[in-house]
Amino acid sequence: MSAGGDHIVSPKIYVTIWLILLAFTGITVAAAYQNFGIFNPIIALTIACTKATLVILFFMHVKYSPKMIALVIGCGLFFLSILMVLTCADYLSRAWIM
Amino acid sequence: MSTATQTSLALEMPSDTYLNSSYGVKSWFLTGDHKRIAVMYIVSISLMFLLGGVFATLVRLELLTPAGDLFQSDTYNKLFTMHGVVMIFGFLVPSIPVTIGNFLIPIMVGARDLAFPKINLASWYIYIIGMIFMLAAIISGGVDTGWTFYTPLSTQYLTTHVMFTAIGILIAGFSSIFTGLNFIVTVHRMRAPGMTWFRLPLFVWSNYAASIIMVLGTPVLAITLILVALERGLHIGIFNPALGGDPVLFQHMFWFYSHPAVYIMILPGFGVISEIIPCFARKRIFGYSAIAFSSIAIAVFGFLVWAHHMFIAGISTYSALIFSFVTFLVAIPSAIKVFNWTATLYKGSIHFDTPMLYALAFIGLFTIGGLTGLFLGAIGVDMHVTATYFVVAHFHYVMVGGMLVAYLAGMHFWWPKMTGRMYPEAPAKLSALIVFIGFNLTFFPQFILGYMGMPRRYHSYPPEFQVLNVLSTAGASVLAVGLLMPMFYMLWSLKYGEIAGNNPYRATGLEWQTTSPPPTHNFHETPIVTQEAYDYESQTEEVEVVG
Ligand SMILES: [Cu+2]
Repeated sequence: MSAGGDHIVSPKIYVTIWLILLAFTGITVAAAYQNFGIFNPIIALTIACTKATLVILFFMHVKYSPKMIALVIGCGLFFLSILMVLTCADYLSRAWIM
Repeated sequence: MSTATQTSLALEMPSDTYLNSSYGVKSWFLTGDHKRIAVMYIVSISLMFLLGGVFATLVRLELLTPAGDLFQSDTYNKLFTMHGVVMIFGFLVPSIPVTIGNFLIPIMVGARDLAFPKINLASWYIYIIGMIFMLAAIISGGVDTGWTFYTPLSTQYLTTHVMFTAIGILIAGFSSIFTGLNFIVTVHRMRAPGMTWFRLPLFVWSNYAASIIMVLGTPVLAITLILVALERGLHIGIFNPALGGDPVLFQHMFWFYSHPAVYIMILPGFGVISEIIPCFARKRIFGYSAIAFSSIAIAVFGFLVWAHHMFIAGISTYSALIFSFVTFLVAIPSAIKVFNWTATLYKGSIHFDTPMLYALAFIGLFTIGGLTGLFLGAIGVDMHVTATYFVVAHFHYVMVGGMLVAYLAGMHFWWPKMTGRMYPEAPAKLSALIVFIGFNLTFFPQFILGYMGMPRRYHSYPPEFQVLNVLSTAGASVLAVGLLMPMFYMLWSLKYGEIAGNNPYRATGLEWQTTSPPPTHNFHETPIVTQEAYDYESQTEEVEVVG
């Protein structure tokens, strides 16, 4: 297997990442009790994306995999961004008048 | 040379095939053989097709008369919904990839099986579980949202089995992700020595493109359905304005999958046609790389046009303009294919065997379906005909006239490879003709009805629309005959059909170099590829000498 299946990651790294994820979960809960106004969703989403990135890189071994795997994931994210950008483009431009 | 000598000798069934290598229920239900899984899929999707056909028949019967006399309006809503759900998620989305694709892609690339045989088997089980959920929803009273599950109808107002159906579709979606993943990895990693990307048959290219959409698009459908379930079950505000949501967001997310999904359905059909046309025109395909790249272009640009389903849903004018423009652009790669197939026919020596009849029907019907799509992509015209029978007719020209006809073409073309026996030519030609006539009689009047303003999804209509509706229902009964005929003569041919031999059409492609039916591991020796696909011209001379 060249797809990173053979790479051995030390338990230390797994535990560290797990603790970081737990810490972020704590921050999410703490942030939910504060009102940051417009920043509420921004903070929540930033934390969520950071956690997802850590999971993808370490738990899913993408950090240790060939470039092809990263390309596939990048491709998925690119198409997700199309969904978001074009949908938001609709919402943002609705108020404009021809 | 070898192909020519074969046809003149009395043929025998090969002794060692995937069908007789092992026996018993377990040898099928626990198989890893892509060919057996394909056969299991053929049986399953045919059953779903029959079920969807029953609903279609009931819809057409109701529309025979202007009054809503056969069914209550609620029942009618359920009938057209279940027709759509069963046909799209039970038949059209899986259709060619899981049957013909499953059977042929490993053979066409010269591999012994797909990259992940167990995931392939899992995809069949997941499909069956999804269908069981769907059937449970149907049996326990059905669902009436329309196949599109628009909010707030689906999340707030309806008390029918929306959840059950949505769960069924969600589960079936994973089966399509598994299939797509399997095809992508197989094409990348399992090609035989010498099988470069540009020697791949175009059927492989188009299934590869469809697989990209399956893998990228289907998760979005899954997420959308989960959000519907969250709002319906737990009242979390996603789509309901009263809860801070937005109903148009559902349409954005739904069509982000469902527009590319029509390419999941039609791209493999393009692939079938690209195999059949050169074979029965005895010519190299015109513009191989243009056809190959147009498949990829469709897969990519298909993701940029979804809001053309939402022009009257209140999206911004600017956004509508852009989506309309890109919709026109995405017609280009489809047109490239049609022109290339037609150019392949030019000066070819054309044989009108059954697969070719279906393929020619495909070109005509798909062109009508595709071009009327441009009518609908133009904002002004769309305002007039949206949600009328014009849309119904357009969609069925693409999906039935295009996809289903391509499926029939492919099933006939590769039937001898799958079973070792020929279908009977005369009834097959007759059924192709009946399908063509019945199809046009059913759906052409619907273009006119839609243009005259008859809305879809109502069980009654003004009396002046009756003549065209009667024509359409009459056509549907003709079409039904044409579609039922193959089921009978194909089954008949399993026992009584003429033995086909390895290559009954003298076609190129690795699948024709192995026995019919192929052995469990497809080839007795790993094939080495030295030629491009569709090298018909050098072959023709040899054959003409022999007769
Ligand atoms: Cu569309």
